[in-house]
Amino acid sequence: MSDNPTLAISVNGEPRQVSGGISVAAMLEELGLDRRKVAVERNLEVIPRSLLGDVAVANGDTYEIVKFVGGG
Amino acid sequence: MTAQQDISADTWTVAGRTFSSRLIVGTGKYKSLEENAAAVEASGAEIVTVAVRRVNISDPNQPMLTDFIDPKTITYLPNTAGCFTAEDAIRTLRLAREAGGWNLVKLEVLGEAKTLYPDMRETLRATETLVKEGFEPMVYCVDDPIAAKQLEEAGAVAIMPLGAPIGSGLGIQNRVTIRLIVEGAGVPVLVDAGVGTASDAAQAMELGCDGVLMNTAIAEAKEPVLMARAMKQAVEAGRLAYLAGRMQKRRYADPSSPLAGLI
Repeated sequence: MSDNPTLAISVNGEPRQVSGGISVAAMLEELGLDRRKVAVERNLEVIPRSLLGDVAVANGDTYEIVKFVGGG
Repeated sequence: MTAQQDISADTWTVAGRTFSSRLIVGTGKYKSLEENAAAVEASGAEIVTVAVRRVNISDPNQPMLTDFIDPKTITYLPNTAGCFTAEDAIRTLRLAREAGGWNLVKLEVLGEAKTLYPDMRETLRATETLVKEGFEPMVYCVDDPIAAKQLEEAGAVAIMPLGAPIGSGLGIQNRVTIRLIVEGAGVPVLVDAGVGTASDAAQAMELGCDGVLMNTAIAEAKEPVLMARAMKQAVEAGRLAYLAGRMQKRRYADPSSPLAGLI
């Protein structure tokens, strides 16, 4: 087993693979998302924006990443 | 103070925030973000409702609403449109708070897809939880004066009864209950949903509402920017008419010219 095994996670309902050991902030960057414009929920808990760099992605995590869109 | 001075200072306050415009507009259903932004500007609205949705992971560089309508100058009011349970609505607003940092939110918990009528049991439950968590919910509700009181007791910062089903454009179906809600409320009352054209908005304001919230009436007009202007003026006209105090209705004619001195 390597130090950084690939992690299987779910992002917005879709399965994804990311490299082990990365933070949620790094995952957002990998996805091409500006962390100032989105909100992230990890396993039903909102991660405060200030902590995105501190929280590590874990195998089996479920993420919802949202933004504001037009609505009534 | 003259009446004119009174009117120039005619503002309304919700949860400690004061606004001059009494028109809140939605940002859904527009052909483009450019048209949406132009309509918001023409409407004079200081608050817009927005929805919270998943980002498109496969195309993260799509244009964003925030690039067209600046949240620094226009107050974003995140909504819970599409939520059918208290839990879904609360979850959505927790994310919205993190996305934008706002406590002022619009709560709507729907009962069924056909009518989009609010589920008041779930709405009340969600209101109680949100208030405990420090949110300031403006709450979409049925046009029922008792439900309105219950929401206010639960901590709703504004009561937003429907005039007619969302997106129907049918106009205010029950003026009596809207007026009863206005008379009984200690927080702002805004008609939310059902407005179809300018006269509907004026009517809501003539009933004494503090404001009107609409989306489809502007977005689905043939010329949305023109309709946004019409709505701005209708809300202002209705408000002025309410402040002016309308004449009493009579069953029969009363001549406007003097009867004395007739030849």
